[in-house]
Amino acid sequence: MSHDGHHSVVIPAPGPEFVPHTVAHHFDTPVQEFQAAKLGFWLFLATEILLFGGLFAAYFYFHESYPETFRLGGRQLDWKLGALNTTVLLISSWTMAMGVRSAQTSQKQKTLMYCALTVLGAAIFMVVKFFEYKAKNEHGLIVFSELFHPYDGATGSIPWFKDYHGVMAGVPHGHLFFAIYLTMTAIHGLHVVIGAGLILWVMKGAAKGRFHAGYFLPVDLVGLYWHLVDLIWIFLFPLLYLVP
Amino acid sequence: MTTNVPVIDVHAEAHGSGSTHYLNCSKGFWSWAGTLDHKRIGLMYLIGTGVAFLAGGLFALLVRLHLWQPDGLLFKDNVQYNQIFTLHGAFMVFLFVIPAIPGSLGNMVLPLMLGAKDVALPRLNLLSFYLWVTGAVLAALAIILGGFDTGWTFYAPYSLYTDQAVVTIGLAVFVLGFSSIFTGLNFIVTVHKLRAPGLTWFRMPLFVWALYATSILQVLATPVLGITVLLVAFERLYHIGIFDPRLGGDPVLFEHFFWFYSHPAVYIMVLPAFGIISELVSVHSRKPLFGYKLIAFSSLAIAIISFLVWGHHMFTSGQSTYAMFAFSFLTFFVAIPTAIKEFSWVATVWKGSIALNAPMLYTLAFLIIFAIGGLTGVILGSLNVDIHLHDTYFVVAHFHYVMMGSIALAFFAGLHHWWPKMFGVMYDETMAKIACGLIFVGFNATFIPQFIMGSRGMPRRYATYVPEYQPYHMASTIGAMILGVGVAVMVFCFVASLFQRKKAMQNQWGGVTLDWLTPTPPPLENFAEAPTVTNEVYDYSTLDYKAMQTPVR
Repeated sequence: MSHDGHHSVVIPAPGPEFVPHTVAHHFDTPVQEFQAAKLGFWLFLATEILLFGGLFAAYFYFHESYPETFRLGGRQLDWKLGALNTTVLLISSWTMAMGVRSAQTSQKQKTLMYCALTVLGAAIFMVVKFFEYKAKNEHGLIVFSELFHPYDGATGSIPWFKDYHGVMAGVPHGHLFFAIYLTMTAIHGLHVVIGAGLILWVMKGAAKGRFHAGYFLPVDLVGLYWHLVDLIWIFLFPLLYLVP
Repeated sequence: MTTNVPVIDVHAEAHGSGSTHYLNCSKGFWSWAGTLDHKRIGLMYLIGTGVAFLAGGLFALLVRLHLWQPDGLLFKDNVQYNQIFTLHGAFMVFLFVIPAIPGSLGNMVLPLMLGAKDVALPRLNLLSFYLWVTGAVLAALAIILGGFDTGWTFYAPYSLYTDQAVVTIGLAVFVLGFSSIFTGLNFIVTVHKLRAPGLTWFRMPLFVWALYATSILQVLATPVLGITVLLVAFERLYHIGIFDPRLGGDPVLFEHFFWFYSHPAVYIMVLPAFGIISELVSVHSRKPLFGYKLIAFSSLAIAIISFLVWGHHMFTSGQSTYAMFAFSFLTFFVAIPTAIKEFSWVATVWKGSIALNAPMLYTLAFLIIFAIGGLTGVILGSLNVDIHLHDTYFVVAHFHYVMMGSIALAFFAGLHHWWPKMFGVMYDETMAKIACGLIFVGFNATFIPQFIMGSRGMPRRYATYVPEYQPYHMASTIGAMILGVGVAVMVFCFVASLFQRKKAMQNQWGGVTLDWLTPTPPPLENFAEAPTVTNEVYDYSTLDYKAMQTPVR
């Protein structure tokens, strides 16, 4: 909401393929705007870490309570697929960093290319995740079609945990590992999808020439978000796939 | 260091653009619903949280009426009673006490006090408000879907087994949590990046310091509540087994998660109230605050200590004895910065030029009530006494002395104080003072009997009770009615002032912080020209008496 009689600061475009950026009316300088948004975004990332912190605390608590369950459960995960996804996310973090750098140096085509590669990484990650979930579904460890069926207190059996091959027989509360695995990876997967959506949004702006050496804030912030998504996975992978 | 020249000449505006201000600069539904102006968002928060407060108060009156006689007066069964007191708790905590002061007065005043044109992230600010609205709608939806009877704490395993709309209200709390997080985040960035030139950290008004400490808590504690209610919802939807003992889970883990947020949340609620009181004791005693830096740092100290004491809610839940020692010991530490504030406020009033107007009466009522609320907290923090008092009306009375008697009264104080600033009109002082008296008497009449019957073993949350407790319950119910009448008079007084349009003064009370040095009501961008601060904070030698005698245009 601009106000008549108040001048606004405009950052000129470095070339004809770019558009200038108008600093929001309540900031005096571009630097103030940049720093405010960046500080705010770091605080937001802190809240994300705390949100996942609750899940990690639950993981450690039940790992401590039922070590055998977690040992056996972890063996049911395919560490090779996990490692593949870790590699994909690490590479995508690099492409994202290159995307931010390209925006900072006003290289429009490179920004678009690196962002597209990052989205590709997100897509590969989700496809691999899909096949991992599918395998769990087939083994009756997470039966997705019965996920939301009511729990029968009388028989004490959880509708989505069938364990067709009896791999978790003999350990207490075998479903617990898979419940925590599903909750953590699904919330992380949701962040991957949101991150990919944000990168697509940044690409839309980049195609219009909004981002250049004078103004690249949204690219920078979405990049930070993507690195956080990557970082959380770097903790999830060893805890779920390797520690057991 | 000090000069006698006001930072902003309030009369300059008069020669310029006339009386255009944030209320009348644009019209129409979308100029409000889509506004990015912090003052308009603050007003919308005020209306929203005000309605939530009145609804929550109505639920409380129903509960008190039901408890008039031992076998209950109103509700058809215990479930209905449980639903109504849950509604009271959930509405008051999540829709009123947490968002009210930062959302309404904080939004309104913080950028003014900093000499900024707006908060740092105005669009995020509007999003916060709409998340609050979404949360309120979800809460209403949960009532339509059959209500919820878990208490505002959602304790597992009951919250996992009950057949009521726990998932919906859980979602409401999750959304409200993010509303609160974004407000906090916004305020932190605003304080760091948008202070006017010359406004150093130790020239900031204490309301700003208090909101800053609150914001740290909002950002660092609320996400844990978010994941906790989400896990309760997941537990109900697909039986994770984290909190459900039948599935290998641990209900005490829920309590740890819940209080890791909800104890700091107590300070999310009370720190802004401290901030208001700090402003008001100074302005209405026309004296610089005693112990300015100590009050500022004690806000931060409370914020830090609040993260280390959550276990004192769980002395009877099954923790290790050593953990309980530590939690009890650490709880006493909260009393130190809190007492520093209380004594500093009293010392500020001492030998001041005290104006006994409505905001100051509320402030003095706060000082008395908060002393009782704080000291009974120390009683409950001691391990052995708490075993006896746990889950009795003593606890109920204690936290109402803090939440209602202290926080809501501080909110009312702040509302009377900034009302002329917000609207440019004055309320009827006499009526406001009568309302304050009714609220003070009614409040104490409600909760002193609860202290007594609690110490004699009356358990909380029960729909019926043994006849021996009836006199206390009757006294408490009568008190609640007086309190309700007091609040009704106060609301009437505010609403009437908007119709009577008795003009306020440019600087109604003689404040010297930046919020009083801009025209009343403030123009859209707050200041005719960007202010520069050259004075120390609360330096009343710079007070421009002419602005106190110039009515708004």
